[in-house]
Amino acid sequence: MSIMEINGGSVIAMVGKECVAIACDLRLGNQALTIATNFEKIFPVTDRLYLGLPGLATDVATLRERFRFRVNMYTIKEEREITPETFARLVSSTLYEKRFGPYFVEPVIAGLSPVPSASGKPEKWEPFIAATDLIGCLNFAKDFVVAGTSSDKLFGVAEGLWEPDLEWEDLFETISQTLMNAVDRDAFSGWGGIVHIITPDKVITRTLKARMD
Amino acid sequence: MASADGGAYSYSLTVFSPSGKLVQIEHALATVSQGTTSLGIKASNGIVIATEKKSSSLLIDSSMLDKVSVICPNIGIVYSGMGPDFRVLVAKARKSAQAYWKIYGEYPPTKVLTQEIATVMQQATQSGGVRPYGVSLLVAGWDINRGPSLYQVDPSGSFWAWKASAIGKNMVNAKTFLEKRYNDDISLEDAIHTALLTLKEGFEGQMTEKTIEIGVVTVPTTAELEASKIGAETGRPKPTFRKLTEEEVRDYLAL
Repeated sequence: MSIMEINGGSVIAMVGKECVAIACDLRLGNQALTIATNFEKIFPVTDRLYLGLPGLATDVATLRERFRFRVNMYTIKEEREITPETFARLVSSTLYEKRFGPYFVEPVIAGLSPVPSASGKPEKWEPFIAATDLIGCLNFAKDFVVAGTSSDKLFGVAEGLWEPDLEWEDLFETISQTLMNAVDRDAFSGWGGIVHIITPDKVITRTLKARMD
Repeated sequence: MASADGGAYSYSLTVFSPSGKLVQIEHALATVSQGTTSLGIKASNGIVIATEKKSSSLLIDSSMLDKVSVICPNIGIVYSGMGPDFRVLVAKARKSAQAYWKIYGEYPPTKVLTQEIATVMQQATQSGGVRPYGVSLLVAGWDINRGPSLYQVDPSGSFWAWKASAIGKNMVNAKTFLEKRYNDDISLEDAIHTALLTLKEGFEGQMTEKTIEIGVVTVPTTAELEASKIGAETGRPKPTFRKLTEEEVRDYLAL
């Protein structure tokens, strides 16, 4: 069995109108045996940037700490917050560093990136999502990205449900339905979910009740 | 103890003299102040850095001499002091800029690169078997976060941001001159002329496009910023720092 499928878990991110959504399931398993149903795979990076890490749980924990360290060092040294674009490059180079003994995760990045304006202060925010494979090959998408053990199912449902320029309430509905219907067809993902909607002035976090079997 | 040659404390560069000085660093500064004059002026819409390029013989092909160096598309530096030391620092700075690009997919902000160079110079004041770098640098660059910025780095490894500064021979006169001439809303074109006027003070010999080097930082427009997003993919965004060609320098001198 693949290392990527030992602990299970899935993440999806979607673009909306001036907002992005990122969601994951809550299962942690040991092969077919479910160990926990409160294992979150999405972590905040900045106020408007989140990172999803589905894959081998030990590497999820390690990378969460590594990225926390590297982003904190960046923030102090550069005296500014990291932008989603720059963070995506950082994720990519961190993973490629271990090209021949990789971390078994497929990161998903979702956030709002500041649009440079004449005054210097960002007044507008642009949605940004990206995903990489386990060695850091970046995939910038304009619609949605998927990762984890139910990525093929997520892709299919998202393909059918997603449409451009959704307001955040509708985006929440779309990403939630996509996640729940996809993980129900996957034995290694599911057991509840969590959704984060990132808008310019707030992040809305909601937990999803789902089939627990 | 405080003799002209530095006395017993002048050889080990890592030993403080009783008066609290590291004598070798002071000597390095003396080397800098014997070097050719360089200056930098920050304008409202860019920066100019300029230097005097003197060759010891008529037979030297001065067009091959580079005293203003491009580090990465958004940063350039100029020096006063020892040429060979500068060359080493340029190589290190370029390498550092490319290493930054490999991690973050963009070139470093001016302050970060300046810090990096300053760290290299500081290390030469605290390591065994080396001497401090015999140069002062003027670092000019543009970045999205801070806009145009101008820094000076000294052999000790300390650095400051300037609106306008001069280093090398005549630096005191040049700085006084700049203080009189500078105002906050000077344009880049005016700054280039002020730079040439400042160099002219105390310039030995004829000022021509062969004996002057100029580098400029320009602030990109919003449209150019959009275009550079595409350029970033290849690592070749449109440069915001560039050296003026001999023809351009000649035109500025003629005015």
